[in-house]
Amino acid sequence: MNPNKKRLRRTMMFLNAQKPGLVKDPYIYKPDSIMLDLEDAVAENQKDAARFSLYHALRSIDYRGCERVVRINALDTPYWKEDIRCAVAGGCDAIRIPKTECANDVKMVESMVEYAEREFGRPKGSVLIMAAIESARGVMKALDICESSERLFGIALSGGDYTKDLQTHITGTGIELMGARQNIVIAARAAGVQCFDTVYTDLDNMEGFRMDVQTIHLMGFDGKSIINPRQIDIVHEIFTPSEKDIIFAEKVVKEIDTKKAQGIGVFTVDGKMIDIAFYDGAKRTIELAKASGVYKGDL
Amino acid sequence: MINAVGRDIPDEILELTGKEVFHGNHYYDGYEYKNDGPKTKCVINSNGSKLVKSIREVLEKCEIKDGMTVSFHHHFRDGDYIVNMVMEEIHKMGIKDITICASSLGKAQDPIVPYIEDGTITNIQSSGVRGKIGEAISNGKLKGLAIMRSHGGRVRAIESGETHIDIAFIGAPTCDDYGNCRGIGGKSDCGVLSYAVADAMYADRVVAITDCLVPFPNFPAHISMTRVDYVVEVDAIGDPKKIATGAAKPTTDQRKLMMAEYCTKFVVNSPYFKDGFSYQTGVGGASIASTISLAKVMKEKNIRMRFGVGGLTKPMCDLLINDQVDCLLDTQDFDLAAVESVKNLKHFRISAGEYADPFNKGAIVNKLDFVILAALEVDVHFNCNVVVGSDGMITGAQGGHPDTAAGAKCSIVIAPLLQGRIPAICTDVTTVTTPGESVDVVITDYGIAINPKRKDLIKAMKDVDLPFKTIEELRDIAYSIAGEPQKVQFGDRVVGIIESRDGTIMDVVRQIKPFEFEK
Amino acid sequence: MEIKKPAVAGTLESSDCQVTVEAGEGKIDFSLDSAVINQYGNQIRKVVFETLSNLGIDSVRIAIVDKGALDCTIRARVEAAVFRSLEQTENLPWGGAIRS
Repeated sequence: MNPNKKRLRRTMMFLNAQKPGLVKDPYIYKPDSIMLDLEDAVAENQKDAARFSLYHALRSIDYRGCERVVRINALDTPYWKEDIRCAVAGGCDAIRIPKTECANDVKMVESMVEYAEREFGRPKGSVLIMAAIESARGVMKALDICESSERLFGIALSGGDYTKDLQTHITGTGIELMGARQNIVIAARAAGVQCFDTVYTDLDNMEGFRMDVQTIHLMGFDGKSIINPRQIDIVHEIFTPSEKDIIFAEKVVKEIDTKKAQGIGVFTVDGKMIDIAFYDGAKRTIELAKASGVYKGDL
Repeated sequence: MINAVGRDIPDEILELTGKEVFHGNHYYDGYEYKNDGPKTKCVINSNGSKLVKSIREVLEKCEIKDGMTVSFHHHFRDGDYIVNMVMEEIHKMGIKDITICASSLGKAQDPIVPYIEDGTITNIQSSGVRGKIGEAISNGKLKGLAIMRSHGGRVRAIESGETHIDIAFIGAPTCDDYGNCRGIGGKSDCGVLSYAVADAMYADRVVAITDCLVPFPNFPAHISMTRVDYVVEVDAIGDPKKIATGAAKPTTDQRKLMMAEYCTKFVVNSPYFKDGFSYQTGVGGASIASTISLAKVMKEKNIRMRFGVGGLTKPMCDLLINDQVDCLLDTQDFDLAAVESVKNLKHFRISAGEYADPFNKGAIVNKLDFVILAALEVDVHFNCNVVVGSDGMITGAQGGHPDTAAGAKCSIVIAPLLQGRIPAICTDVTTVTTPGESVDVVITDYGIAINPKRKDLIKAMKDVDLPFKTIEELRDIAYSIAGEPQKVQFGDRVVGIIESRDGTIMDVVRQIKPFEFEK
Repeated sequence: MEIKKPAVAGTLESSDCQVTVEAGEGKIDFSLDSAVINQYGNQIRKVVFETLSNLGIDSVRIAIVDKGALDCTIRARVEAAVFRSLEQTENLPWGGAIRS
C-alpha cells in the first residue's frame, strides 16, 4: 500500500492551476494538501495552457510537504486523459476525479493513471486517487466508489453541484447537505477510506465557517476542502485534539503497548475500560496532535 | 571613502557637498552648534492685514530671484495643489536655479517635471520622491544633486543652517488674514501641519496659502501669525478626496495577516510589551493589521499603551477611542478618522522636530519602544532600502523610517519575502537608506530574523513558537525560489545622495542606465 | 518543429507573463519587456532559449511581457504558446521536449 494513503488531510486548498500567483507558494499557509485545479477554475479556452503551468509547478516548486492533488477535468470531456498524463508526468501525489458517479469512473481513471505511471517511469501505485461526489447518484453509490480501487484514499462531497442535483441550494444551515454528508462518512468508514467535506464559500462569514467545520468534525469527516488560506487555521484549530484527549490517548497507547507484551487484553485507564480496539483511535489523536504542533510527548 | 554601512562614497561627492560619510547612528551625539536664524521683517504698523491678492504678487513681495530656496510641506499628499501652483508662477516669471526643499514630493507634483528640464528647478531636497520627479532625477535631468533626507534629517538641515529657506509656502486648510494657520477645518482638512513648523520658524519669508479664510483669530494656531509674512487666498489648495481617504478596509490578504500575527506575537513576547509601552506603525496593510491584532492582545492582557506616535490611521485612533492608549502624538493624518481624532483632547499635534530631529535636545523617537516599518529591500546586514525601486528609479521616501528605526528600542520591519519576483531579503540592498544597526527584527511570510546584535531579543524569544530563521536563511529561501538577482546596472553620474539623519552620507544614487543583455 | 501560426499564451497578471510567438526568419528573435529586467533579464532570456531549444525551435519571433514570473511560469507560457501555434493539445511530450 502507498504509505501516503492514510496521511493527515485536514485541509485541502483549491488553487487554480492556471494562476501563477496562487500556485507559487501556497505552502506558507501550511494546508495539509493543495488541490491544483484543471477543471472548474480553468476557462475552457485555457485548458491547454493550464497543463503546462501545472506540469512546471509540480516539477519546479518545492511544496514543502504539502500533498499535491490535481483535479482533472470530468470524464465526459476531451481533456481528462491528457490531464492525467500531465499530472503524473509532473509528479503529482494524487488525482481527484470530479463528478464521480460510480465505481467504473474510478476504474477508468485508475487504468489511465497506471498507463501514465508506466509511460513516465513512476512506480506502480505511486499516484493515489480521490473521488469527488457531486450528484445524488454518486451519494447513493458512495460505498461502491469507496471500494473501487486500492489507490483510492478517500471521497469528497462537492456541495454546489450536489445541491443542484438535489433541486435545492446551499443554504448556510447545512440542512441540504445532511443526508449526503452522513452517507459519505458512513460509506468511507465502512470501506476504510477517508472522507472530506465540501467547501464553504462565504469568506465574509468566518463564524458560519467555524460552525460548519465544527459540525463536520463531529460527524467524523477527516477534513474539509477550502478555498482561501484564511480558512486553514480555523480547520486546524478545530481538528486539534484537546489536551485532555491527548493525555488520555498517550496513556492508552503506552498502556496497550506494555499490556500487550504482558499478554493482558483488557484493562482500565483513568477508570475507563480499554482494549485493543482503542489503539488506532488513540494513535490518530497523537498524530493529529503532532501535526497541530501541540504534542510534546515522546510517542 | 567607505562609510559605516560599507558604501563607497565618491570623493568628489564629499568635496562637492562638504559632507562626511556616515559613521554610525551616534556619531554626533552631544555635538554642540548654534541654530540658524531667519531674517525677520518686522510688522509694527496696525494696518491689520497680510492678505496679498495672488501668488505672483506674493512672489514679487518676497523678492524671488534666481538661486533661491523655496519650501513646501506634504500634508496634502497626492491631493496637493500648492507646489504646482507656486512653481508654475515662478516659472512664468522666468526665475531659474530654484532649490525645492520639500518634506516630501509625490505624483501630485508630476507637472513640475518640465521645470526641472528647463532649469527653473535645479536642486531638490526631499524625504524622497515618488512619481515622475523621481524618474526625472534618476534619468539625470536635475542639474544639481537631489538630497533625500528623513523627516528628522530635514529639520536638522534647516535648524543647522545647512539648508536655508528663502521663502516657505505653507498650504493651510484654514487661515486668518494675519497668518494664523490651522490644519483643521476648511475644504482641505489635513488635521495637522507638523512638517511646516520648521519652515515657519526658519524661513526668511513665510507665505500662507489657504482656500478657507476665516475671521481673526484662527486659534489655537498651528502656525502662528508671528512667523507669517503674507497670506494668499486661492480657490483650492488641494483635492480633499486625495488628502485624507476614507479609512482603508482592513486587509483580508492572508499573507499580510499572517505577517501581522507574527509581528504581534513578537511584540507581545518582547521585554518592552508592558503597561506604558509606546508604539508607532506605518500605513501598509500588514502594519495596520498588526495594530488591530495588537489591540486585541492588549485588551486580553489588560496592557495599556502610553503613547502612539507618527502618521496616524483609524486603527491607532481607535486605541484612543477605546481607551487603550493615554495619548497620540500626531505628525500626519492619513485618513478621515485620524483627521477627526485631532479634536480629541488626548490627541496632540507635534512638529517634525519634536518627532524626529536628531539635532535638538531630544526627540520623541528616542522614547519609542516599538516601531513597525516596511521596506523594499533588507539585506543580510539588516540595512534597508525604502527609496530606490527594483528598476533603479527613485520611487520612495525615507519619511520617518531612519529616524524611528534609530530611536526605537525594537524596530521591526515587515516585508513579504518576494515582492513579485524581487527578493526583499538580499545580499546587498541597492541603496542603503536605513542602517542595519537601527533594525532589530525582520518579519517575512517565510520566517522571522532577529539582528544577531540583539542577543537580548534572541534570548527573549527562545521559547516563543515563531518561525525564526537567520537573515541569511531567509535570503537563501528567496534566492532558491526566484533565482539570485543580478544587480541593477547604473551609469556613473551621481544624481542624488541619501543623507543620514545627522547629515552624513549614507549612500549615493546614480543615474539609471538602459538594460543590456549579457553577450 | 516550426512556428507558422501566431499564438499567444499567458496573462498580464502579477507573477505571470504573456508570450507571443510568430513565424521566424531562421533565427530566434527575442524581445522582453519586464519590470525585473535588471535583476532577471539575462535569466529570463536563458530560460526562454533553453525552452525553445528543448522544443527544437530555432526560428521564431518571440515577445514576452513579463510581470515577475518565475522560471517555471516562463517555461510553461512559452510552451503553451508554441503548442497553440502547432495546434497540438494531446499526446504532448511531457518529460521529453517539455521539461524543466
